[in-house]
Amino acid sequence: MPVGVSMTVNGKAVTGSVEPRTLLVQFLREHLGLTGTHVGCDTSQCGACVVHVDGISAKSCTLLAVQADGAEVTTIEGLAKGDELHPMQAAFRENHGLQCGFCTPGMVMSAIDLVRMTPDPSEQEIREGLEGNICRCTGYHNIVKAIKAGAAAMRG
Amino acid sequence: MYEFEYHRPGTVADASAAVKSAADGRILAGGMTLLPTLKQRLASPSDLVDLADIAELKGISVAGNEVVIGAMTRHAEVAASADVQSKIPALAQLASHIGDPQVRNRGTLGGSIANNDPAADYPAACLALAATIRTNEREISADDFFTGLFETALSDGEIVTAVSFPVPDKAAYMKFANPASRYALVGVFVAKTGGDVRVAVTGAGSDGVFRVSEMESALAGNFSADAIAGIAVPADGLNADIHASAEYRAHLIGVMARRAVQAAG
Amino acid sequence: MSETGIGAAVRRKEDRRFLTGRGTYVDDINRPNQTWAVIVRSPHAHARIKSIDTSAATAAPGVVAVFTGADMQVGGLPCGWQIHNKDGSPMLEPPHPPLVSDKVRHVGDQVAVVIAETRSQARDAAELVAVDYEMLPAVIDMREAIKGGSLVHDDVPNNTCYDWELGDKAATDEAFAKAAHVTKIDIVNNRLIPNAMEPRAALGEYDAASGDYTLYTTSQNPHVIRLLMGAFVLQIPEHKLRVYAPDVGGGFGSKIFHYAEEAIVTWSAGKLARPVKWVADRSESFQVDAHGRDHVTHAELALDKDGKFLGLKVSTLANMGAYLSTFASSVPTYLYATLLAGVYTTPAVYAEVRAVFTNTGPVDAYRGAGRPEASYLIERLVDRAARETGISQIDIRRRNFIPAEAFPYQTPVALQYDSGDYNATLDEALKRADFDGFAARKAEAAKRGKVRGIGFSTYVEACGIAPSAVAGALGARAGLYESAEIRVHPTGSVTVFTGSHSHGQGHETTFAQIVSEQLGIPFDNVDISHGDTSKVQFGMGTYGSRSLAVGGEAIIRACNKIIDKAKKIAAHVLEASEADIEFKDGQFTVAGTDKKMAFGDVALTAYVPHNFPHETLEPGLDETAFFDPLNFTFPAGCHICEVEVDPDTGVVEVANFTAVDDVGRVINPLIVEGQIHGGVAQGVGQALLEGCVYDADGQLLTGSYMDYCMPRADDLPSINAGTTTTLCKHNTLGVKGCGEVGAIGSPPAVINAVVDALSELGVTDVPMPATPQRVWQAIQAAKTAAAAE
Repeated sequence: MPVGVSMTVNGKAVTGSVEPRTLLVQFLREHLGLTGTHVGCDTSQCGACVVHVDGISAKSCTLLAVQADGAEVTTIEGLAKGDELHPMQAAFRENHGLQCGFCTPGMVMSAIDLVRMTPDPSEQEIREGLEGNICRCTGYHNIVKAIKAGAAAMRG
Repeated sequence: MYEFEYHRPGTVADASAAVKSAADGRILAGGMTLLPTLKQRLASPSDLVDLADIAELKGISVAGNEVVIGAMTRHAEVAASADVQSKIPALAQLASHIGDPQVRNRGTLGGSIANNDPAADYPAACLALAATIRTNEREISADDFFTGLFETALSDGEIVTAVSFPVPDKAAYMKFANPASRYALVGVFVAKTGGDVRVAVTGAGSDGVFRVSEMESALAGNFSADAIAGIAVPADGLNADIHASAEYRAHLIGVMARRAVQAAG
Repeated sequence: MSETGIGAAVRRKEDRRFLTGRGTYVDDINRPNQTWAVIVRSPHAHARIKSIDTSAATAAPGVVAVFTGADMQVGGLPCGWQIHNKDGSPMLEPPHPPLVSDKVRHVGDQVAVVIAETRSQARDAAELVAVDYEMLPAVIDMREAIKGGSLVHDDVPNNTCYDWELGDKAATDEAFAKAAHVTKIDIVNNRLIPNAMEPRAALGEYDAASGDYTLYTTSQNPHVIRLLMGAFVLQIPEHKLRVYAPDVGGGFGSKIFHYAEEAIVTWSAGKLARPVKWVADRSESFQVDAHGRDHVTHAELALDKDGKFLGLKVSTLANMGAYLSTFASSVPTYLYATLLAGVYTTPAVYAEVRAVFTNTGPVDAYRGAGRPEASYLIERLVDRAARETGISQIDIRRRNFIPAEAFPYQTPVALQYDSGDYNATLDEALKRADFDGFAARKAEAAKRGKVRGIGFSTYVEACGIAPSAVAGALGARAGLYESAEIRVHPTGSVTVFTGSHSHGQGHETTFAQIVSEQLGIPFDNVDISHGDTSKVQFGMGTYGSRSLAVGGEAIIRACNKIIDKAKKIAAHVLEASEADIEFKDGQFTVAGTDKKMAFGDVALTAYVPHNFPHETLEPGLDETAFFDPLNFTFPAGCHICEVEVDPDTGVVEVANFTAVDDVGRVINPLIVEGQIHGGVAQGVGQALLEGCVYDADGQLLTGSYMDYCMPRADDLPSINAGTTTTLCKHNTLGVKGCGEVGAIGSPPAVINAVVDALSELGVTDVPMPATPQRVWQAIQAAKTAAAAE
């Protein structure tokens, strides 16, 4: 039986009618058309689906849409202000922290949350902080560099 | 996922009633194990009862010589808690290495122990620290709580509300993670509380978390890595998989136990 | 060098859309009235299908159709490369239907497709398809398979697809007869699961009004898919079939091949006259994406008393899995054995390769494809030879390197290397790795209870695939050229249509750098279009590190045609002889005068040809070039790895990794380094973490990220990557290719380092992946052996 959900996504109030088994990522992608959030695995490990729920990073493939009822959700589409990239997005571009782009949205969302917890992370802290995100293209080298630079930019 | 009904009650009593009245009700805490299980279609509960709105299940408090952690407290909150860090740093450290950051942001203490995954971290802490598991019906000692692989003493509709951890004199947890899943291949929690020493092992036992009495008595006399250097844990009854044979796990228990004792100081 | 020209570290054009969540991957595309397909797959590795009952599934809510192999009578998935046996007979090519009817041959084999209004409904109904199986014994181990006890295909005796050889056996035997020392090795190149982060997806669509089909698919080579699926499987002519591979989330080889699901959704869309979409679950990807590597090899190296290599003998079993995937047959032959001379002057090489069917998923090209297997074999052998003869790891290599002055160099295994300087890459790597400081680092590690080792790999590979004439002579059923069209628009901006396909490589940036420099126009005035057969003339796609060396050269040649045509136009307008027109920095000048015309003005004139002499000068400025290379390209390099091993647990930590690669001219150093980082990460993954494991019944034990260990950020160090340069001699840019070198060079460096670290404990060999358990077991075995002595 479909149930109603309402939440704030990227600053906009949204509502929908979903089966309880609908995952948040399905709600974002299929109901709201926010296809920047990706699905790369079915065991909750790859992190391509990471979004922020009430300001904290979460895997949207391991969260029911109904669990996020009433929450504030931010996706990769909600980071940039108009044409101005978020400092972490800009740092990924500047440091070539992405190749195919598929893991990138989750990577950026995790990185921003990592900096929330650790404003000036060491290389080791960054590497450990990415435990929930898998990238097959970059070898992480430039992602680590990007997050260091992004963290510095976010500190201002 | 198969279809199910979803409930989000506001009280423990309502949650318990909802589970009991369902044909096959399951409690949803952080969902970090349950949702992947449902996604793989390995379970088909009729109802999910989400505990997220029950305020009384959340939070960390220090009462006398005990740290009490609400069942719906997230791993990240335990890891970041000043109280846990000062009273039982080994527990904060354990919480800070469960899964990955996103798992720690959603996963809960109560969900972890109620699931009793044989490779989960918290059961080792509960057992080694001689924790008491509080439910809506009673209090259960950790020794009685973990009854086997994915099995606990919880009855239908019984809900973990909090866990009370006695503050030890010394404690440390050493995890040897499965390189792929990052669950514990072997995790050893060592705690010394007064004259009592407990050594609890997760990840390795085919029946789930267990204690190593031979190490405990050796450490009770002499709390040093040397005291257990000669103790070999038998491989019989340990898990074996592509990542670690029973022999390798048995060996790792010794290594991790010695390192935990060293880390505990 | 301009800020955006050749050699500049230009930030990528494609990043903005990816970073803002506005990429368009296949799963992001939905079509009106779309249905969802879920494939019913075999849970068994080998079983006869007695019956399939689809009635319950057909009646389930939302189900539109259920099709089985009996319904889908189409051609089989073709293999693109024919290998011949030692006796000259062709390899055996058993049928490879998109939906199987007779028996299933691996876990995940396609049995039926359920199509429903929603994905959940399709999934619910797929569980209702009842297949009655008669179990057959599964054959998983190649060494068992070649005994022929159980046959994957009833008409393939001994499960042997082919038994092939390369090189001069007699000369090699003679070399061994003269040897002062022979080093032997038995080696397994572990099977890998590619795991591009975007799972495969396919969306088929049929327009009943026009009869046109469209397939949106996650492919590295949409034109190849159009050709294979259109001509061989579904008999849809090219002009009625559009294949579009939009943004693709990584490939690494696994998205080269034509897969059953592509044919199933396209065919079903035609049957239903509704779009049909399929997206793989990661668990499906593990089972049915073509895997990589999987060799079992015995090899021997003959040396003279001075450590000079005299001859190499190699005998390899190569796993094909249950069916021949698109390029499977070429990987362990022409992409492997032809590289066995490595960077050395070994005068005689003989290799024999048996390709074997097993009840496992298909195996095909994965990043490096054959060359990592060759480099791993050679560099492990050389490392062992050095240990056995007491010659240093560096000296034994220098003594045997093909000298820089010897190029072009003809190897005894068919290839002619055009350029290289192997001492230069070794020197640069030794410097970057601070080789001189290794002893001190090792001593310091020992104080922390760790054993530290250093390992080398000096490799060469062949890429820029491939000269069509050579490939054709060796059995390729396709040409391996590339095409480019430069369309100059009236106001001077340019769209480049390339048959290369970018799925992370940054072509939109690199190719724009080339075109901007060639035509002297602003970088931002160049757009690269790829991936859509309805836009791009033709293309062979991206694999074998060929995009720049082949696709880039096609672009250069198309640019040259544009310049030639533009000169004609400029000559006409400037009233000069065409021979007197010079082109530089975007300006057409009449030699020796100040008469000139900017590129943009020429473009405008081309489309506003008010006074063109139409007999001799056509309007428009749009040129196409096809480029077929004269030879492969031969990147080479030196990788040096330092590891620290915890002898108590067997944990290996990569402490330092240095990669110095000669990839020819570097167009964009940022992108080249990124490719090398990624390749090294996959190589380190192969060496330490990743291994596909089936049990004896053919069940995949590493079927998810819970058990298949993907390299994560904390598994890897920062990578010290550098380049040296010798130019490729047979393309204008002098480029060689950088996509695969990381994965080719790194695995032997890592394992040689682990063996070096453990040598003080008596360990002489560690298999890949060198997991903690395996390293610990190797240490225990050495201890037991030492105690027994």
